[in-house]
Amino acid sequence: MYAQMVDTGTKRLKTLEEMSPEERDFQEKVDAETKIEAKNWMPDGYRKTLIRQISQHAHSEIVGMLPEGNWVTRAPTLKRKLQLMAKIQDEAGHGLYLYSAMETLGADRDEEIQKLHDGKAKYSSIFNYPTLNWSDMGAVGWLVDGAAIVNQVVLQRTSYGPYSRAMVRICKEESFHQRQGYQILLDMMREGTQEQKDMVQDSINRLWWPALMMFGPHDDESPNSQQSMVWKIKRKSNDELRQMFIDQTIPQLEFLGCTVPDPDLKWNEERGHYDFGDIDWKEFYDVLKGDGPCNHERISTRRKAIDEGAWVREAAVAYAAKQKQRAAKAA
Amino acid sequence: MSEWRLYEVFVRSKHGLNHKHVGSVHAADNEMAMENARELYTRRNEGVSIWVVPSETITASASDEKEILFDPSEDKVYRHASFYKLPDEVGHM
Repeated sequence: MYAQMVDTGTKRLKTLEEMSPEERDFQEKVDAETKIEAKNWMPDGYRKTLIRQISQHAHSEIVGMLPEGNWVTRAPTLKRKLQLMAKIQDEAGHGLYLYSAMETLGADRDEEIQKLHDGKAKYSSIFNYPTLNWSDMGAVGWLVDGAAIVNQVVLQRTSYGPYSRAMVRICKEESFHQRQGYQILLDMMREGTQEQKDMVQDSINRLWWPALMMFGPHDDESPNSQQSMVWKIKRKSNDELRQMFIDQTIPQLEFLGCTVPDPDLKWNEERGHYDFGDIDWKEFYDVLKGDGPCNHERISTRRKAIDEGAWVREAAVAYAAKQKQRAAKAA
Repeated sequence: MSEWRLYEVFVRSKHGLNHKHVGSVHAADNEMAMENARELYTRRNEGVSIWVVPSETITASASDEKEILFDPSEDKVYRHASFYKLPDEVGHM
């Protein structure tokens, strides 16, 4: 049976028979793993859901540059500084790939960015936490980018062609991010002073739970998942992805010689997975609503960047117009 | 930024290969489109040549024209080499 959620948010399941011929064709294409392209017919809800998801994804890449930008001038060596700048530039690129994919759906980039600045659009909760010491650059690369990779590898198979292709490109670049992050931590743990080692553990303590929250609420608390899965926008559930991330991360954590702040974490032989403790969902929803430690700062930094950069954009347009005029005169 | 045009970006990944569509950029003029494309799509030796083309100048076939455009070639099997069976003695041709 095909089930689709009507856009009102109420769960009304539509059977294949109830769908219009266009909807049925569309769903059959999705089921056959044929990618949907910009010019193909698609249900309105599919288009809206995608615009919401892709713009949120793009905003996260852009806002995600801010906690790292904080450390460019404080990087301990020139090598680390160059690596960090390369990573930050990648994030800008990822944001742009995604905004482009979103624009193929008829959305306007400026409008969507305006929604972010007005506090109407979300971005990942993780970027509302501060980066307090250098090892946070390592922990962000390893845990935050690591969590993003788990999510994004699966999204390479998403049903919308332009989104899927953006994901392929992004995934190629993300593994550099994660490895450079892990290496920062590894160097500190192997060659660092006790103080530096403590710093690594402190970063993990602060970022572990927020990283797990990145995957979103439990499946039974995630009303939109069902619809997204049927449309194959989403390919794996929040809980599945979170478990994958934990299972692959704990051996890396042990290799570092660190721990996570979860007394309930232990290997479950029977399940073949790690068990872990309860996530503080109140914290998650607070951060999402705008009450995290850095929400206000992040958005005001973004607004300031747009406002203070206005003259550069205006100058570029004026310059282009002038060049065009000159070329016309010369002809 | 709505005054900025949208450009489609094509990259030749290696000498001898075709340019391939990789994505799009916004820019105020052609030169800026080239610079933005370089920054966005070739940060890791992805290419040896870039084309940027204003998106509005591209004429694309519509998805509902698929049958009109592509169906006629489907029943012309004789356009493929594999249609012509030759005796083994003739060898590779």
